[in-house]
Amino acid sequence: MNIQDNFILDEIDPDLGERIDAGRRNLFARYAAPAIALGSAPLLLAAASTEAFAAGALPQKVVDVLNFALTLEYLEAAFYKMGNEANGLIPSEYRALFHTIGGHETAHVALLKSALGAAAVKAPAVDFTAGGKYADVFSNFKTFATLSATFEDLGVAAYKGQAGNLAGTAVLTTALQIHSVEARHASAVRPLIGKAGYISAFDKPKTKAQVLAAAKPFLA
Amino acid sequence: MTDFTPTRRHVLKWTGVAATLAVAGSVLPNFGISAALAADLGSGDIGVLNYAYALEQLEAAFYTQVIKTPYKGITKGERKMLTAIRDHEVTHRDTLKKALGKKAIPGLEVDFSSIDFTSRASVLGTADVFENLGVAAYNGAGQLIKEVAYLAVAGSIVSVEARHAAVIAEMLHGAGKEAAGGGNVDMKGLDGALSPAEVLPKAAPFIKTPVTANALV
Repeated sequence: MNIQDNFILDEIDPDLGERIDAGRRNLFARYAAPAIALGSAPLLLAAASTEAFAAGALPQKVVDVLNFALTLEYLEAAFYKMGNEANGLIPSEYRALFHTIGGHETAHVALLKSALGAAAVKAPAVDFTAGGKYADVFSNFKTFATLSATFEDLGVAAYKGQAGNLAGTAVLTTALQIHSVEARHASAVRPLIGKAGYISAFDKPKTKAQVLAAAKPFLA
Repeated sequence: MTDFTPTRRHVLKWTGVAATLAVAGSVLPNFGISAALAADLGSGDIGVLNYAYALEQLEAAFYTQVIKTPYKGITKGERKMLTAIRDHEVTHRDTLKKALGKKAIPGLEVDFSSIDFTSRASVLGTADVFENLGVAAYNGAGQLIKEVAYLAVAGSIVSVEARHAAVIAEMLHGAGKEAAGGGNVDMKGLDGALSPAEVLPKAAPFIKTPVTANALV
C-alpha cells in the first residue's frame, strides 16, 4: 500500500457524510429526487444520446461543467486537426491512431455543443507553441506526441474532477463515457514518448483551476 | 446544525432505500452475485461497490494466473506491462475489499477453463474482453452511486481500466485505431456503458462460486 492508496481510503471514510460542507449538502439535496428516479428505472443508457443530454433545462452548475469540458475538447480537436493535416509530421504507422483520436475529439465537441445549445461557449483562440516554447509542435513528431499525451492526461483528470458536480444527473454517464475515451487516448499515446500507458493503480483528479492553469499557455 | 435539520446521512439513507430496491429488484439479473448483493445491502452504494469488487476479483485472479503461467513467446515488455496491470487489479480488489469491510462479498472462485493460458491470443483476447467489460461496467454504474466520495473512487479506477484496455489493444493490434478505442467507442465519441444486468451475464461464465445470500450473513 502506498500513500495514494491511503488517500483513496481516506476518501471513503464512512464518516465523511458528517463533515460535508453546506454547499455540497445543498447540491445533494437538489439532486436527491432525480437520483431516486434514476435508481428506480433501468439504467438510462439513453443518456448516451444528445437527446437525453439536452432533455430539459440543464442546471447552471451542469452548464458550467459542460462548458469547461467543451473548452478542453475544442483545444484537443483543434490540436489534432492541425496535427493530422501537417505534412510529414505523423509517421505512417501512427496515422490511424491520431486520425481516430482526432475523430473522437471532434465528436466530443459536437456532442457538448449540441447539449449546451445556445449556452455553449465559443471555441478559444489557441497557440500550441505556447508562446514559442513548443515551436516545432507541428514539425517534430516527438513534440507533437508529448503535447498529445499531456492534453489527454489532462482531459482524464479534468473529467474525473468534475464527476462529483454531475452526480445525480443524467449527464454523468455521458461524461464518464467521454472520460474513459480520453484515458484510452492517453494510454495509446504515452508509449510513443517512452512512457507506460498507465501511471498507477489510481488516476488522480484535477480541479477546474488546476486544469485551466495547465491549459492556459495554449490558449492565445 | 439544529435537531430538525436533516443530516446528509439521513438523506443518503432515504435515497439508499430506493437504490437498494432498484438494484435488488430490477437492475440485477437472477445471478449468484446479484442474489448476494441484494441480500445483504446496507445501502445501494454497498451493492455497487460489491459489484465492482466482484469484477476486480475476476480481473485480479486472471492476471495473477497470466503472470504465474506466462503464455508461449511472451516478451519482456509484455511481461512487464501485464505484471503492472496485475498489480493494479490486485490493488483495486484489495482497496474495495477494505472499503467494504464486513459488508464485502466473499472471495469468489473463478472458472478459467475456457482460457488457454499458454496461448497469447487466448490470454490477450480474454484480457481485451475483461478490460472493456470493466470500463463499460464502471461507466454504467456511476449513476447508481449516491455518495460522491464513492463516485470519486470509481472514477479513479475506471480510467485505469481504460488505460489497460488501450495497452492490451496495442499488444493485439499495434498503435492503431484499436488502441485509441476504435471498436469500443461509438460515432459520438462515447465509450461503452452497461448496466449490471448486462455485465453480470458476461462475467458469469468465469465465476464458479455459487454466492448465496446465506454466505453473506
